[in-house]
Amino acid sequence: MSTRIFDEWRDQSLDDALYQIRETVEDVEFPTVRRWRETGGRVLGHFQTYFPEEIAHAAGMLPVKMRGAPVESTYADSHFGSYLCSILKTSLETSLAGTLQLDMFVTHPICDAARNLAAIWGRNYDYPCQILYLPQNPNSAHSAIYLKGEYTRLKRTIEEVAGREVSQDDLRHSVVVFNENRRLLRELYTIKRETPWLVSAEDAYCLVSIGGLIPREEHNEILTTLLPQISGRDAREQDRIRVVFEGGFCEQPPLDLVRMLGRTCYIVDDDFLIGLRWITSDVSTDSDVMFNLAEAYIEQSSYSPVQHDNRKLKEEMLRQRIQNSNADATIVAAAKMCEPGLEEQVTYTHMLDAENIPYFVTEFEENMTSFDNLELQVDTFLENLLFA
Amino acid sequence: MTNQTNPEDLVGRGNREGSKLFRQWFAELDETAQQGGQSAYVFVMGSFNEILKTFDLPVVFPEINSLQTAVRRVAHEYLSEAEDYGYSPDICGYVKADVAIQLRDGEHPMGRIPKPSLAVFTNACNTYIKWAEIWERMYQIPIVTIDVPGTREADGQTWRGDEDFENDRCYIEAQTKELIAVCERVTGKKFDIDKLREVLGYANDVSAYWARILELNKSRPSLFNALTDGTAYLGVANGFRGTRTGAEYFKRLVEEMEYKAKHGIGTLADEQYRLAIVGVPCYPIFRRFTELFTEWNGTFVASTYLWFASGGANRGFQYDLNKPLESLAEGILISVRDAMDSMFYQDRILADAIDEFALDGIIYHPIKSCRTTSTGLADSRRYLAVKRDIPSLYIESDMMDRRVVSEAQLKNRIDAFFEGLASRRQKASIS
Repeated sequence: MSTRIFDEWRDQSLDDALYQIRETVEDVEFPTVRRWRETGGRVLGHFQTYFPEEIAHAAGMLPVKMRGAPVESTYADSHFGSYLCSILKTSLETSLAGTLQLDMFVTHPICDAARNLAAIWGRNYDYPCQILYLPQNPNSAHSAIYLKGEYTRLKRTIEEVAGREVSQDDLRHSVVVFNENRRLLRELYTIKRETPWLVSAEDAYCLVSIGGLIPREEHNEILTTLLPQISGRDAREQDRIRVVFEGGFCEQPPLDLVRMLGRTCYIVDDDFLIGLRWITSDVSTDSDVMFNLAEAYIEQSSYSPVQHDNRKLKEEMLRQRIQNSNADATIVAAAKMCEPGLEEQVTYTHMLDAENIPYFVTEFEENMTSFDNLELQVDTFLENLLFA
Repeated sequence: MTNQTNPEDLVGRGNREGSKLFRQWFAELDETAQQGGQSAYVFVMGSFNEILKTFDLPVVFPEINSLQTAVRRVAHEYLSEAEDYGYSPDICGYVKADVAIQLRDGEHPMGRIPKPSLAVFTNACNTYIKWAEIWERMYQIPIVTIDVPGTREADGQTWRGDEDFENDRCYIEAQTKELIAVCERVTGKKFDIDKLREVLGYANDVSAYWARILELNKSRPSLFNALTDGTAYLGVANGFRGTRTGAEYFKRLVEEMEYKAKHGIGTLADEQYRLAIVGVPCYPIFRRFTELFTEWNGTFVASTYLWFASGGANRGFQYDLNKPLESLAEGILISVRDAMDSMFYQDRILADAIDEFALDGIIYHPIKSCRTTSTGLADSRRYLAVKRDIPSLYIESDMMDRRVVSEAQLKNRIDAFFEGLASRRQKASIS
């Protein structure tokens, strides 16, 4: 790795390092991406949820996870109609406002709204603005072969933007880096599940989120350095309800909301930024790495309301998530105007009723700033459980 | 259907026969429901009627069932029932109306709707997938996604001979074969490739005639209102695709339209403004919505709805009956991709349509219920406004939910738009 763009956390105490990470994640000026560009680096912005970042990484580009931002849609509003989720607008806003400058943009057919973004972006920018057709029929025996072809097509465009070819060895090296990253993120989630009192909900969130804004080598350094320190903390378990948060697969709740929840319960598992954790085990580096990457998307992956797979009934996957994390209750959230999230709430709550698992249903928006009512409702819900 | 060719009977024949076919179709579905027969639930953008008709499976289009509740002014009852069940006011109204139909054991204003034996859907609309997941849970039926990769970026369509095109086509062909295996399992019938050839032949006719009908509306005056008449024709195009009945209907419709073109018989007595509409109709006030335009002697000569909601049949793709499965995959790819282009990249197509259809204005009609067709319309309008000097109007409402349809506000905006068109025309005549 030749370019380092995030040094603020280095040589700091654990608390100070986590503070620097939070500050960077919350900075709507995207300072790390700006630094990358200032050194001449190229940036590929990819919308939620999953993107095979290894391909961009192998070409020497910085893949940046577009996850909206808590900003006003000053420039973007006139490009959209009503009845849409906020993340669409604020993602374009960061680009139109110039705070997040890209050399390539990729969206995915995750929902009816997001699949419009390639066209919208393309009408406003001259650089490649594409939709990556991740398979929505992963149950077809042909889907991995198709996806390898689709990744190969994507690689050609990336090579043009990056100005260099990506060899099989380049890709293999990137997969190794990302495998290590996935292993470290799994370690973080083990801490959340087994000893949630050692890491706050907001810090755990930011430790994942920062990965979408910096090179993975740097992210690996952060996690390698800080996770042992977190594990070694001298903190005691408190009498709190253990909760799974479901509904953060695309638009992200504001960090203040995560902070508020973390004050009242332990978030022992969640689907925040699930695309960064989509692949659940190592991608093989043997022989055809591109095929391995494609196959991993289908065969070694998590779940979300925007990925259909007959083998992964979402309510069953949530039930497993609750069971595996030994959670007492679930917060079933959806971003406002997020159709897949709102639809899945019905499926989830029917299962939770049937299983007699306590749950709390809510909606959020990345721009919300007042949490008083929500906090009161959540507190009441949790106290009911705590003192039942 | 009669063989009447008396000119007096010819004009309006398509609407009369279409209504009759529609009633007949729903009567057959009602009978299937009463007898507990099998049916396939499908959608307009890539129905795979071609395969399902080969297995003699009655097809149910839940989108059409839902919109019919709005046209018949009872949608609010169904929407409320689904919302009581747990569905948000902010999701697709079609889905909610269908959920209520299912909860009512198929009760529908046009008859009883049979339960599904399987569901087949493409990814042309993501809500199709979420919708089918509901039936999967309600009925434990097989649901089959046919993933059709769309255009990756503006003007980036690939064609036969290109490796990316072949990658997509092979994927669809493989999925089609997997669908056939599911159909064999569900129906207990063996796949008959010669029957598929027959069905594809009828589908070829429907596609060719459909393309011809849309083309004929370039006539001056225009021959049919693309929003009202066109939507009625569209119902037949979807429901009877791949059938002899559908092929004959459209043959006769082309005959009617060619007659009207030849004799200068327009849909309006005094056509003043030729418009295109972008988006889905406003079904809760279907007729009235159109009247808000025809009262100003404006008519819709083109509609993106007739492109995308026909599954891209407007391209008129012709299957090669010598290579039925390979060609079906190619046709689905090209047609459904085109349907998606009509929703996401319609700015490109409209730029050409302005001249081809001699348009005076474009009406953008985003709706609350459908993000697929609505998300990009404001941006598309901005783009086209820069590229072409064409007046446009942007009005929001819904295809199902009368709670977000304000006729008074719509009328106000539409009246102002026509006043602007009149003023523009006056200025042009002076200069």
